[in-house]
Amino acid sequence: MAGHTWQTWSPSWVDLETPNAARVYDYYLGGSHNFEADRRMARQAMEQWPDLPKIMQANRAFLRRSVHYLAAGGFTRFLDIGSGIPTLGPVHEVARELQPDARVVYVDRDPVAVAHSQLMLEEDLLSRVVQADLTEPDELLAQPDVAALLEPGEPVALLLVAVLHFVPDRLHPHALVARLRDALPPGSAMVLCHACREGRPDQVGPHQDIYARTRTPLTMRGREEIGRFFDGFRLIDPGLVYLTQWRPDTPEAVGPHPERLPGFVGVGLLP
Amino acid sequence: MTADPQGPAPPPDPPEAGKARAAPEAASPRETARESAQTFPERWTAMLRRHGTSLHPTKVTALGARTAAMICEGRPASAATTLVGAHFTDPDLLVEAVGLLRRAPSSQTGDPAGAFAAAWAIALRERTLRQQETIRTAADVARREAEQALHASEARFRALFEHAAVGIGVGSVEGEILAANRSLLEMFGARLEDLRGRAVTELVHPEDTPEIWQAYEDLIGGKRESFQCDKPYYRQDGEVVWTHLTVSLIRDEDGTPRYQVAMLEDITDRYRLQERLHHQATHDPLTGLPNRAAFFERLEELFATAAPGAHFGLCYIDLDRFKIVNDSLGHATGDQLLVEVAGRLATALGPLGHTVARLGGDEFVVLLEHCDGEHDAVAAARTVLGALREPILIDGHKLAIGASVGVLERPVGTITPGAAVRAADLTLYRAKEAGGARWTLYDARTNAEAVSRYTVSVRMPMALDRGEFFLEYQPLCALTDGSLAAVEALVRWRHPLLGILQPDEFVPAAEETGLILPLGRWILSQACAQAADWQRRYGRLAPQVNVNITARQARNKGLVADIGRILADTNLEPGLLQLEITESTALGPRDESLRVLNALVDKGITLAVDDFGTGWSNLAYLRDLPLSGLKLSSSFIGEPSGEPVPDSDVAWRIIGGLADLSRSLGLTLTAEGVETRETAERLRALGCDWGQGWYFGRPVTPEQLEELFLANH
Repeated sequence: MAGHTWQTWSPSWVDLETPNAARVYDYYLGGSHNFEADRRMARQAMEQWPDLPKIMQANRAFLRRSVHYLAAGGFTRFLDIGSGIPTLGPVHEVARELQPDARVVYVDRDPVAVAHSQLMLEEDLLSRVVQADLTEPDELLAQPDVAALLEPGEPVALLLVAVLHFVPDRLHPHALVARLRDALPPGSAMVLCHACREGRPDQVGPHQDIYARTRTPLTMRGREEIGRFFDGFRLIDPGLVYLTQWRPDTPEAVGPHPERLPGFVGVGLLP
Repeated sequence: MTADPQGPAPPPDPPEAGKARAAPEAASPRETARESAQTFPERWTAMLRRHGTSLHPTKVTALGARTAAMICEGRPASAATTLVGAHFTDPDLLVEAVGLLRRAPSSQTGDPAGAFAAAWAIALRERTLRQQETIRTAADVARREAEQALHASEARFRALFEHAAVGIGVGSVEGEILAANRSLLEMFGARLEDLRGRAVTELVHPEDTPEIWQAYEDLIGGKRESFQCDKPYYRQDGEVVWTHLTVSLIRDEDGTPRYQVAMLEDITDRYRLQERLHHQATHDPLTGLPNRAAFFERLEELFATAAPGAHFGLCYIDLDRFKIVNDSLGHATGDQLLVEVAGRLATALGPLGHTVARLGGDEFVVLLEHCDGEHDAVAAARTVLGALREPILIDGHKLAIGASVGVLERPVGTITPGAAVRAADLTLYRAKEAGGARWTLYDARTNAEAVSRYTVSVRMPMALDRGEFFLEYQPLCALTDGSLAAVEALVRWRHPLLGILQPDEFVPAAEETGLILPLGRWILSQACAQAADWQRRYGRLAPQVNVNITARQARNKGLVADIGRILADTNLEPGLLQLEITESTALGPRDESLRVLNALVDKGITLAVDDFGTGWSNLAYLRDLPLSGLKLSSSFIGEPSGEPVPDSDVAWRIIGGLADLSRSLGLTLTAEGVETRETAERLRALGCDWGQGWYFGRPVTPEQLEELFLANH
């Protein structure tokens, strides 16, 4: 459509009056990289679902564990799509504890998040920040920094952490993931974290309603649908599980009610 | 956050329900008991662990040990700053920490809990301000970049619009022109003021098709998104510019039509080139008149579209003395002459609505698309001659050129374009033969003669290969009882353009050119094969077949061998073959033909003289030739119309005399041209043996002839 072409030709606009998922997330985590509109929405969501900060911390902890796991397995290239405002345990810091030369490309479509990451990473020679949209995978993959990271030779860890639930069904999220998968070098990995309908079904409707007002409506999905994102991958142990169940630091860290933090996570490997 | 700073918050107590940091194990009384046995650093670290963090447990342990040590060293402010730096910013944590510090070892000076809380507040405030500043900066950067990108984008589009090689115009859906780029202004030779505010619909041109404006209406009505066409426009200076036009509809976010954008590519040069190429393809470069191709195209179009019963006329013009001019004064003068002639013809005939074309060389043609009769066509021919009567002055030479004109006037649909032009051409030649400087009118009969000369020489060799010839058979019947005595094989030519031609239309020419030899062989072999077939199938009833032999054939020594081979091939009994020769054959150089004819008769074939009485009938050959029959020319009997010929009594007396002569010489006498029962009866009474003519039967196909003689038996 002509409208599509126009959109890709014209620059994105910066709107601070509308809640933004990356900044709301930062607020859940106790950060101050946010504006009034973000905080208003986050407070409203937390009132309704007080576990949200815990969920976000668990999400962050999963990101740390999975990156740590992959770095320990020798991964040195990371593509973090939907990176947001990564102040708390950013990927490059976690990865470099084991792989000092780890290269990370952060991708987000929000211009403020991108500008912020660029300010944070000005001095970091091995990290790149790219403004691109997961829903335009061809353009995303064509970004020079992304293309350079995906050059054959070494496997890449593709991180899709808490981002796919911002892609509505009409944009065919599974096809988008397949497109990215097909661009990965052999032996690459995908790290996935996705808000699910199981665990707290009572929260699904109201929570999605709150996000419906943002530019990034939320689509919580069922386990089966989330599992299909791993088509073509081999899920490593323990498979697709709740946030805290994935290779916990200590057995106690799982907690008695992992389903109360209702996100499914997993790590898959390409042949 | 919703921490309640007033509420007592003993470390073992779980946070209020609904708090973000639910840590179930921290709520158990057993834990409280165990904690009391712990040292301060242990309790401190356990507190940190209870609060949510994404850090690895070992790091939490290390952080706890480090900050507890700071407190023990009397630096609670450093501990607070370090914790805030590690994202331990939950106010609940402060409540718990203050509680722990109050019960901490009292080696501290001052109030460690107060110092910790103050430092924690300061650190958190600093962090908040720093983060706010960072995110503001990021927002500013992003906004600035977005604005720059928007400006760049706008500049890009403006540059694209302004400097595009194609003309671009923007209009409202009401049809008002709002903007036009440089190329468009150049194309129209206009200033922006000349175009802005004008209505798109004012830009009509007489050559616009209705479809263009229909498409335009559909577009601004939102019924279509775009259309393309070639369209001419008037420039500001009145000149015409041809464009390839693309018009697109621009809708707003709701889908409502807002603007129309027209993109125009100047194709004037291409259009003119096409026109020139078409002109070149259809016009004679020397004189500028329509050429042969264009003329035939026009003629065919006329034939395809003319009303029933409409007539057309052709004047085929050939200059009488062009070759002399060309040869004596050179081609350049010849060309000038042609240009002058073309000019005079166009000037004289154009206003009458006639088309003048040059077919090539010094041949021109005038087409009268509407012709009320011969007089119209003749008038046009007179105009042609009148236009060329005055001598033409070229380079001081006064050239009295003169012309001949063949005039044809026919109803449309009775003749093909090709045949019409050939007929006019052949009519022209009669004018030429008569000395030129005149017109002649098409005449069917004289045309036929000319046609045969023309067509035979050009097309006959090919026609034989293509099987365009065929034979028909006309019965010869006994006058006594009307029974079938013989058949005469007659050759026909199914000419692709002229239709079916009779032998007298092409045999004379074939005789002249020598083509008669292969054609004659073909006729003989066909006729003999047919006769042999009848002989096989009907035995005694099978008729004798008469085949005409021309003088040239008769002089050809190969004829004997040809016939011998044909008889052998077909297995035909030689007595069933009769060759008809003309008087001229008999009167030709005697030596060759006599030998040939004798040799044929020796084979058992019989001979008859055809058209007897039309030439200077030298009776000597009746003595010298081995003849079996005479065929009396139809001119003795009468005109086909049946009207009595002048001096008919004399004619009948001659017939009677010839009948006596034939009988005395033992010859079979056949009368040709018998059309009525009366004639047949009279001939029988005079002693004629056989009759041939429409009364007994026209030339027909072999199958039809079979029906005839089977019916008679």
